[in-house]
Amino acid sequence: MKNTRLVGLLLATTMFGGTAAWAQTTLTIESWRNDDLSIWQDKIIPAFEASHPDIKVVFAPTAPAQYNSALNAKLEAGTAGDLITCRPFDGSLALFQAGHLADLTDMDVLDNFGPVAKSGWSTDDGSATYCIPMASVIHGFIYNADAFEELGLSVPTTTDEFYALLDKIKEDGSYIPMAMGTADEWEAATMGYANIGTKYWKGEEGRKAVIAGTMKLTEDGWVTAYEELAKWGPYLGDGYEAQSYPDSQNLFTLGRAAIYPAGSWEISGFNAQADFAMGAFPPPVVPGGECYISDHVDIAMGMNAASPNAEAAKTFLEWVGSPEFATLYSNALPGFFSLSNAEVTLEDPLAQQMVDWRKSCHSSIRPFSQILSRGTPNLNTEYWVTSANVIRGTMTPMEASQHMQDALDSWYKPAQ
Amino acid sequence: MRAETRSRRRWHIAIFLAPAVLVYTALMILPLFGTLKLSLYQQVDQQQVFVGLDNFRTLFGDPNWSESFWRALRNNTWFFFIHMAVQNPIGIAIAAMLSVPALRFKGFYRTAIFIPTILSFVIVGFAWKLILSPLWGIAPDLLKMVGLRHLFHPWLGKEEYALTTIALISVWQFVGIPMMLIYAALLSIPDEILEAGEIDGITGMKAFWKIKLPLILPSIGIISILTFVGNFNAFDLVYTMEGAMAAPNFSTEVMGTFLFRTFFGHQTQPGDPNMGATIAMMMFFIILTGVVIYLFLIQTRMRRYQF
Repeated sequence: MKNTRLVGLLLATTMFGGTAAWAQTTLTIESWRNDDLSIWQDKIIPAFEASHPDIKVVFAPTAPAQYNSALNAKLEAGTAGDLITCRPFDGSLALFQAGHLADLTDMDVLDNFGPVAKSGWSTDDGSATYCIPMASVIHGFIYNADAFEELGLSVPTTTDEFYALLDKIKEDGSYIPMAMGTADEWEAATMGYANIGTKYWKGEEGRKAVIAGTMKLTEDGWVTAYEELAKWGPYLGDGYEAQSYPDSQNLFTLGRAAIYPAGSWEISGFNAQADFAMGAFPPPVVPGGECYISDHVDIAMGMNAASPNAEAAKTFLEWVGSPEFATLYSNALPGFFSLSNAEVTLEDPLAQQMVDWRKSCHSSIRPFSQILSRGTPNLNTEYWVTSANVIRGTMTPMEASQHMQDALDSWYKPAQ
Repeated sequence: MRAETRSRRRWHIAIFLAPAVLVYTALMILPLFGTLKLSLYQQVDQQQVFVGLDNFRTLFGDPNWSESFWRALRNNTWFFFIHMAVQNPIGIAIAAMLSVPALRFKGFYRTAIFIPTILSFVIVGFAWKLILSPLWGIAPDLLKMVGLRHLFHPWLGKEEYALTTIALISVWQFVGIPMMLIYAALLSIPDEILEAGEIDGITGMKAFWKIKLPLILPSIGIISILTFVGNFNAFDLVYTMEGAMAAPNFSTEVMGTFLFRTFFGHQTQPGDPNMGATIAMMMFFIILTGVVIYLFLIQTRMRRYQF
C-alpha cells in the first residue's frame, strides 16, 4: 500500500515536476562530518526545505581522513557537489585559489560574523571571504562530577590547584586522574598543547607574533607550554603510550577516569554514553594570570564555483548564515558553537557552560593552523609529534621547541 | 604447406597472449610509466612542469625529506630482517616437523597455522591491538596470572618496541606461507634419495641437514624474495595499527606509510603527488635491485644443487 503510494508520488513528480511553476533543484553537500548524517537528514535539512519547497538538499559526507583528497579529486573531475563544507585555513584557501570555491565576499549574510570567525575562510589580507562560517570547537576539561563529589574535590582554577587535585586523585587510586593517550598523537597536541598552552603564549598575541616573525617558538611562552605538558605523563593511565583516542573516550565514559582533556565536540557522545553527572572547567590559569581558551574555527560552508545551481546554493548559504541556522545547528550538535554574532541559547547545560567561557576568557585559534602549516614540514603535523614526545618524556620541552622552530625556519620567511 | 602452418601458429600465439599482454600493460606497465612521469614533474601555479630529476634531488638533498626517507628505509630493512630471522626459520622448522610421517593431526596443525594468512590485515591489526592493549587487552592479564606482569609494556606505544612488535605480528600472520611452500618442497623429495642416505647411515636430523635442506634451498630462495618484495611494500599492518603518522614518533614508519602521507596528504598537510611518485619510484628501484641481485647472483648458483 505504502509502496504503491510512493510509486504514484514519484510518477507524479516526474510528470508534473518539469511543467510545474517551481522546478525543484537538488543541492548536494560535500562534508567530512559523517557522524552528523542523521542530524542533517532529520533536523537541519527538513527545517530548510520547509521554508524553501523548491530546493531539495542531499547531505553526502565522506570519511574525515579521506575528505580532503576525495574532495580535491571530485573538484578536479567536476563531479563534486554544489555545496562544499570548508576545512579552516589553507585547505580551503587552496581550493579558492584554484578557482574551485566561489567568492562570497558580497553576501550580506557575512555581516553576521566577526573578523575572527571570518579569518578561517578569508584570504591572508582579508579581502575575500569564500565560506560562510558555521561553528567552532572549544577546548577545556570535562570532569566526572560524581567522582569529584565522592572524593570531595572542587573544580580547580589555577595550575597549582589543578596539579594538587591530580595528585589527590592519583593518591586515592580509585580513578585514573586523566584519560588521555599518546598513541594517536593529535590528542596530545590539540587537547594538550593547544588547550593548556594558549595562556602561556597569550593567545592571538603570541600566535600573530610568530607569524610576523617577532617571536620565536623557542621563547618563553611556547617552551613553558611544553613544560606544563611534560608533567602530564604520570597522571595518565597505566600504558597510556598505547592508549588510542577511542580508548580514552571509553575510559572516561565508563567512569574509570576523573578528568578528560576535551574538545567540545565530545559533548553529544559523552551525553549518550556516560551515566554520571559531568561538568567542565576551562584550562586552569597561572596564579594571577588571565584566562585563555582555544576556541578554534572549525567548519564552514562554501559554494562549488562550477555548480550549475548557483542561485539555489546561494539561497542555502544565506540560510546557513542566518540566526535561525545558528540556533538550530548549535542545539542539534552541542559542542559545535555557532560563530554567528546572533545570541544563541543552548539547551545542553555542558555546552552552555563551555560557551560561557567566551565571556570571561580570551579566545584564540589553534597556534599553527593559519599560515604556519603551509610548508613542508607542516607545523600542524610536527606539533602532534613533539607534544606526544614531550608527554612520553622522549623529548625535553626545549628540544621540542627547538625542533618546531627549526622546522619553521626551514621554509618560512616572515614578511617584515 | 609448411610455411602456411607456421604462420597460422604464430597467429595463435599472438591471440592467446593478447589478453594477458593487454591487461598487464593497461594495469601494470602504463601506471608504472605514469608514476615515472609524475615523478619528473612538479606543480607550479596549477600547472605540471617538467623538472627533470629535481624531485629526486629534493628527496635526497633536503634534510627534511632525506631524513624521513632514510628512516623509512632503515625501518623497512629491520622489518625485513625480523621476517628473515624469525618467520622463515620457524616456517621451515614447522614444515620439517609436519613432514615427519609419525606425526598425527597433521591436517589440523597445517590449517591452524595457515589460517591467519587468509585473514585481512584490518582484522589482524585490530585483534592484536586489543590483545596488547594495556587497558582492555588479555596480554597484561595473562602475564599477571603467571606473575610476570612487570614484563608487560605498552609495546605498541613505545618507540623502542613498536616496530619489532608489528614485525612479529606480521610474522605470526604470514608464517603459514613459508611453511606451505617448504612443506610442498619436502614432500617432493623422492623417497629413493632418503632411503639411499639411510643405507649410508644418514638418518634423523642428519638427513635433514645433509639431504633435505640442500634440496629445498631453491624454495628457500623463492621465499626470501617473496618476503623481500612483501616487506618493502608493507603498509597495511602499520597503517591499521599505528595510523598514517606511524606513531610513536615515526618509529614504525616504513616506505609505504611515507609514500601514503606524501602522496595523499594527511590532515592539514596537502598531498603532493609528484613527491609521492618520486618515493614510489625509489621503492620500485629498491625492490627491483633486490630481485635482480637474487635472479642473477643467487638463483643461477642455486641451480647447481638441482638435479
